[in-house]
Amino acid sequence: MKILSINEWLLSFMPAGAVSITKMVLIALIYLTVFAVLGLYLVLLERKVAAWFQLRLGPNRVGYKGMFQTLADALKLVSKELTGTVKADKFLYNLAPYFVIITALMALSVFPFTKNLQAFDINIGLFFLIAISSIGVIGILLGGWSSNNKFALIGAMRSGVQTISYELSVGLSLLTMVILTGSLQLSEIIEVQKSGWLIVQGHIPAMIAFMIYMISGTAETNRAPFDMVEAESELGAGYHTEYSGMKFAYFFLAEFINMFIIAAIATTVFFGGWLSPFGITDSIPFLGIFWFLAKTFVLVFLMMWFRWTFPRLRVDQLLTLEWKYLLPINLANLVLMAVIVWLNITIQF
Amino acid sequence: MSYFSEIYDGIRTLLTGMSVTGKYFLNSRKGAITQQYPDNRDTLQMFERFRGEVVMPHDENNEHSCTGCQKCELACPNGSIEIIWDRVIDETTGKKKKIIDQHIYHLGMCTQCGLCVDACPSDAIKWSQNFENSVYDRTQLTRVLNKPGSKVRAGVEE
Repeated sequence: MKILSINEWLLSFMPAGAVSITKMVLIALIYLTVFAVLGLYLVLLERKVAAWFQLRLGPNRVGYKGMFQTLADALKLVSKELTGTVKADKFLYNLAPYFVIITALMALSVFPFTKNLQAFDINIGLFFLIAISSIGVIGILLGGWSSNNKFALIGAMRSGVQTISYELSVGLSLLTMVILTGSLQLSEIIEVQKSGWLIVQGHIPAMIAFMIYMISGTAETNRAPFDMVEAESELGAGYHTEYSGMKFAYFFLAEFINMFIIAAIATTVFFGGWLSPFGITDSIPFLGIFWFLAKTFVLVFLMMWFRWTFPRLRVDQLLTLEWKYLLPINLANLVLMAVIVWLNITIQF
Repeated sequence: MSYFSEIYDGIRTLLTGMSVTGKYFLNSRKGAITQQYPDNRDTLQMFERFRGEVVMPHDENNEHSCTGCQKCELACPNGSIEIIWDRVIDETTGKKKKIIDQHIYHLGMCTQCGLCVDACPSDAIKWSQNFENSVYDRTQLTRVLNKPGSKVRAGVEE
């Protein structure tokens, strides 16, 4: 609806061919701005939550209760010099951050934030998300490889191992839910959940799938306890050791936007996206954004809780967890879900 | 079967850990351990065993309990303590007696190891809780611990 009215407004002063391109650019710019700011505030949230977990205060000096701390940090990063190593592969070195940040932002385009607020309602939505989130690792590998730094390279290779392994679990746990929805399109998935959120509809296998999804999703975003990619005590800063200024900020921002994406996928697939609990506010369309963000931030908080509780895994423990535990459980769970859907013993309101 | 018990144990222990940090999170409003130092310098209390600097407590009669035995001077590993002492005649007994003239403490050299306080047989020196010990001139770090005109408390030496 919103987009339609923008359409008419644009048509009033420019030819039809230019309108579609202008529209895309406008939407892209709006998304870019909104999610860059969101990323900044996720960093602030992470720092505050970390502080509270450790009985500290967290940033509280810049602005009211530290509100503008990360904005100040971002300004500082913009003003910093862009450095690099002498023997770095300059082209790939400069390209890598954009791979990471652009894939993160592209993934955001398919989310239905509320009924009519979805930039790109593609019919293979979930598949698109999984595919896009695996492209991000190319940026990490490129960054690590082209830095000409052993720590960066080790970090990048670990990221490759980790993402390729855990991609399986993310895909399979979402596939388990796709059996229930019968569609990959995100708006369709939300429609299905009008008769109960999928985690309720699919009861036991859905809960197992959710747990596996959160574990492997945390691993996908390279966050603790799966942060061997940038294990500070071993690798300095991992793949972005050599980056500075805004290029470092892109990596940093992408990590937080990826965390938001993982939580947003979980919200859409397991917790009914923008649907309110028991349909209490379904008559007010724009509260959908509120419910979507509320659910997403609860899951983001859960991931932060993981980060500040669990110790880092070793590489062998990481691979054992994936290949010996998550993957077999996931396959069994897939069969269980298929049986449940076949016998039609889902819970629906 | 150990496969399934391992999964159960894994989940159980992870949840235990999360409940611990969760409790911290919920209680963080009440008891943040961070001290916002320059803002609260009037009310900031150091903890009981904090080692600020060595001081010699004097009572209201300007008496301390240092007998000048020099055990602290011997115990100090880097010579931060120097005792300048003298012999006087005790008026009541008529015997010769050792008294301290100056108990000199070099805070600039002190490593806060606490061996002197442990070695003192009469508890004449102790740790103070003050933490703002920086000065503009390092000669100010050399301190005479016994106050001028002070003397040893009666009965300490018995």
